[in-house]
Formats: sequence, structure tokens, C-alpha cells
Amino acid sequence: MTYNYSDLETVGELPAEPVLAAPEAEAAKKIEGHSPWRLAMDRLRRDRAAMIALGVIIIVLVAIFAPVFAVITGHGVYEQFRGPAPPIGLTPTGQPVGPTSAFLLGTDDQGRDIMVRIAYGARVSLFVGVVATGITVGIGLVVGLAAGFFGGIVDSVLARLMDWLLAIPFLLFAISLASVVLVHPIGPIGPGLPVVIIVLGVLTWATVGRLVRGQVLSIREKEYIEAARALGAGPWRIMFIDILPNLLAQLIVYATLLIPLTIVAEASLSFLGVGIPAPTADWGQMISAASSIYLYGPWWYLLFPSLALLITTLAFNIFGDSVRDAFDPRGDLFV
Amino acid sequence: MARFLIRRTLQGLFVLWLMTVTVFLIFFIGPGPASVARTLAGRQATPAQVAAVSHRLLLDQPVYVQYQHFIWLLLHGNLGYDYYHSQPVTSIIAAAFPITLSLLIGASILWLTIGVLTGILSAVKTRSVYDRTSTALALLFYSMPTFVLGFLLILGLYYEFAIHGINVFPAPGTWVPFSQNPAQWARALILPWITLALVSAATYTRLTRGSMLDVFGEDYIRTARSKGMSERRVIFKHNLRASLTPVVTQFGLDVGTLIGGAIITESVFNLPGLGYTAVQAIGQQDLPVVIGVVIVASAGVVIANVVVDIFYGVLDPRVRLN
Repeated sequence: MTYNYSDLETVGELPAEPVLAAPEAEAAKKIEGHSPWRLAMDRLRRDRAAMIALGVIIIVLVAIFAPVFAVITGHGVYEQFRGPAPPIGLTPTGQPVGPTSAFLLGTDDQGRDIMVRIAYGARVSLFVGVVATGITVGIGLVVGLAAGFFGGIVDSVLARLMDWLLAIPFLLFAISLASVVLVHPIGPIGPGLPVVIIVLGVLTWATVGRLVRGQVLSIREKEYIEAARALGAGPWRIMFIDILPNLLAQLIVYATLLIPLTIVAEASLSFLGVGIPAPTADWGQMISAASSIYLYGPWWYLLFPSLALLITTLAFNIFGDSVRDAFDPRGDLFV
Repeated sequence: MARFLIRRTLQGLFVLWLMTVTVFLIFFIGPGPASVARTLAGRQATPAQVAAVSHRLLLDQPVYVQYQHFIWLLLHGNLGYDYYHSQPVTSIIAAAFPITLSLLIGASILWLTIGVLTGILSAVKTRSVYDRTSTALALLFYSMPTFVLGFLLILGLYYEFAIHGINVFPAPGTWVPFSQNPAQWARALILPWITLALVSAATYTRLTRGSMLDVFGEDYIRTARSKGMSERRVIFKHNLRASLTPVVTQFGLDVGTLIGGAIITESVFNLPGLGYTAVQAIGQQDLPVVIGVVIVASAGVVIANVVVDIFYGVLDPRVRLN
């Protein structure tokens, strides 16, 4: 093969065998450019179920803009349609009205629009789900890191604490705590959102703590940690710069799967009457209110908030499963 | 083994002690003592009468005096008396426990059978239509809040039949002791059983499936197959035994948690078991009853953990207790 003069000028840039080398070079670039994050994102994007679930989550997120529902229907979240001016949300005997064109999902026992209240209820569920999960994962991460990294007496104390928390009958304790605050606020911790978030966040971090501790115990024996120490890195640097990034994938998977559990826990507390107090719109509380009257006819009052809750947890679980599959190299073995 | 048991028992007792202290503190930090005395004394009571009630229940004593009193009674096998009817807490718990136990026994048999069987079938016929359906259903029921399923079942299976005069299932809240009429006992509990079982079974389906698929990848399964062992023997004798370890753990923990009352299921179906009793007692700030249920519930979790650890060694000879 010979080159003419003009070729020589660009020879530095030209591969020796352009046709054959192109796919190879591309492949090399592909491998080089794919961090575990990128791989996970790619797998996630290819997962059809994940995309569906993401779509549903977006629908739920739209509910955060619940006032839009109120504006479109013209029904306020606390507005009671007792007549006589239409639309009328209560029958002459004071019973809720079933699904009609004025109230697409019917009305509740106070003559309020259930659809608007479900939309507003989504805000509470999502807010508690995300914030309480954040607190849980945050505390668990810090405690787990400290226990696993420092070892010795710190580890013994923290591990005992986690064992103790895990032996707590969770729901029973959550109800006791929340019911006390319901009557008698402790400082800034009042009834409703604050106490629900704190109870759910503070009682459930032990599982995360144990998970992180176990991981840290194995990671801290790795050679790169020894290398970091040999280079003179302090304990904080090793903990947060060298160990933490290796835990993140697992933590993200765990947090995604924890959100639906937290949402159900919040709804359960409200259902048992110690969560979000009336008249704030909340799914658990709506189901609880419906449970005392649905056997007299108004099935819609029970059914629609229940479905809203079910669809939300289902969407988060499908999404969480897909996130786990994306991060787990053996992912396709499981659901 | 003996040392293991002694150590775990001591740890368990410590956890129980911490639990009682915590419940005591929650009660006294909160509105408990004042609200109990005021409710009992009645609407028209003078402050002196409220104080007298408070004194009779020892509620005017400092926390540590009351705690000493509680521990002293406990050492004599007495859990105290409830504030409102002066009934012994032990007899309240004794009345509620059979209900929780009946619910738990039926439901756990159901969920273990459904969960493990569907899990095995899914793992053996991976990626078949059956597998996809069962994993989708598992995900659905795993996401299902217990009270949602319970109410949907009441709505669909009790209400819809009852308004047409067909009484397949009795009204929620019916409870017939087993000793009185086993058939009616089962009939009254079917819907709560199904509720609790379906919600729990999903976890077992996924656990069994995942764990069996893991074991199918092990070398000794290939060895067993290459020896010419029948697939049935490979599945049940070699794979299932190893796969059951996580299932047993989960089962132990679930049963341990529910011994203290299936709070939600009992509330939905108005079954006066331990969980229902606890919710009522918490609503009234009835401390002795709450502490009684908390002790039973915590003991359930602690004992379940020990039993699970012992069972590990039986199922998997590689595990040694120390």
C-alpha cells in the first residue's frame, strides 16, 4: 500500500486499516465509556416495565399539582357540596353521591369531591414516602458506616442498638408514639406530618444500618482501602470518599424499594387513626372513614382511595424491581 | 448449643426489659396519667375526685415507683390490672390470644403452601407463561396494603353476596371459638386468613423462586444431574432443601411479628385479637394492657429469632452456632 503526499499529511490521524479498525475502535470506546452507572441507566431505559412504572410515577407526581384538579373541576378540597345549589354532593338523607358527571369518583360522607381529595392525598403519601425513606436511609447509612468502620466498642454499642430496634414490634410502637403526640405535642413534633415522618424515619433505619455495616466490614479489608490509608488518608476521607461510593448502588436500590413500604406504613397509621388528622386529605384516613359506612352502600368511597394507594405502591414496586435489576449484574434471574 | 441458648435468652430478656421501660416512658411523657384519671372520674368530677382516682391507680406516684411496682407484680407472674375495668391483664391477653393464634395458624399454613408451591413451579418453569403470571401476581399482592385487600374481599365476597341474600361468609367481626364449633370457626376466619395469606405469600413466592434459581446454578446440582438423578429428585432432595433456608428465616420472623397481633387484619375484620386489643388500649392510654401486649409481641420476635437460628443448623449442616 502506498500513500500519496496529501495522505501523508493526515497519516497521523488515519488508522492503518480504516475499514476493519472502525468497529474495533468503536467497541473499545464503548467499553471505556460505560461506568456502572451508565450501564445501569442503559439497562433501566431498555426495561419496558420500568418505563411503564416510571410513567405511572409521573402521573402520581402530577398529583402533586393537585390544585389543578381543584381548578378544573371547580371543587375545593375542603368544599362540602350540601346543596341546594348544584352540584349536590349529598342525598337528601345526607348520604354520599355515587360517581356522576359532576363528581367523577363520587363524594364522601361530608359531600366533598373524592377525586380532588385523592389528588391531594397523593401529595401526603409521596411526601411522607420520600422524606421518611430519606431519613431512614440517612440515619442507617451514618450509623452503619460508623459501626462497620470504627469497630470495637462503637460497633458493639451500635450493633446492640440495631438488634434492639429490630426486635421492636414496629406498628405497635409507631401507634403508641403517634397517639401520645396526637394529644400532647412534644416540642415542635406535633400531630400529623411531623410525627408520622419521625416515627417512620426513626424506627426503621436498623435494617439499612445492618446492611451498610455488613458491606463496610467487607469493603474495609480491600486493598484499595489499605492503599488509601498508606497514602495518609484520614478516617473521614476513607469513609466518605473511598467506602461510600461503593455502597451507593445498593442504597439506591434499597431506598427505591423502601418508598412503597413507607407509603403503606403511613396509610396504615392514618387508617388506625393516629396518622394524618382530618380534614387533611389522606388516603389511609379516607379508607378509614369509608370503612365505617361502605357496607351501607357508598362502595366508591372505599374503592377509589384504595385503588389509588394500590396503584401507587405497585408502580413504585415495579420501578424498584427494575432499578434493582439494572444495578444487579445477575438481574435477569429475578422478576 | 447450651451456651448459645443461655446467651440468647439473656439478650432477649434485656430487650424485653428495655421495651417495658420505653413504653413506660412514652406513657408518662405523654398525656397518659392525666387523661386516664380524667376519663375515669367522669365529666362532672371535681379536681379532688380526679386526684383520688389518680391516687387509687398509683398514677400520682413518680415513674420509678410505678415501674418498681410493675416489676414487683411481674416477678409474681402478674401483669397488673387494666385502668378502666380492673380486669387482670393476664386474663385480657388470655382471651385475645386464641383469636390471634387461630388467625395466624390458618393464614401461615395457607401462605407457606401458596408461596412455596408457586415459587417452586416458577423456578422450574422459568420464563414460561406460568412463571410470568405468577411473578406478576406476586408483585401485585406484595404491593397490596393489607387493609385494602381485606376491604376489597369484604366488599366483593361478603357484601355483594349478602345483599342478595346469600350468606357464604359471616359478617366481619364474627368469632366462634374452635372448641365450640370448628366448622363455624373456620368459616368466620376464611376471609381474614385469605387476606393475611395472600399479602404474605407473595414474599415467599419471590424468595423461593430466587433462591431455587440460585441453587440451580450450583455445581452440586450439575453433579447430581450428570449422575443421572431424576429431575424430581434434584428439585426436591437437592435444591429445595438448600433453598428453604431464607424461606425459613422469613417465616420465623413473620410468625414472630404476628404473634403480638395482626393489627391491621384484626382491625379490618373486627377480630378482638391481641392487635385489636392493643389498638383499643392505646386509644384509651390503658398502660397495663399496652405493656402486656408489647411484652407478648416482643417476646414473639425474640423467640422467633432464636428458633430461626437453631433451625438454620438443622437445615444447613454447614452452619455452626456459636
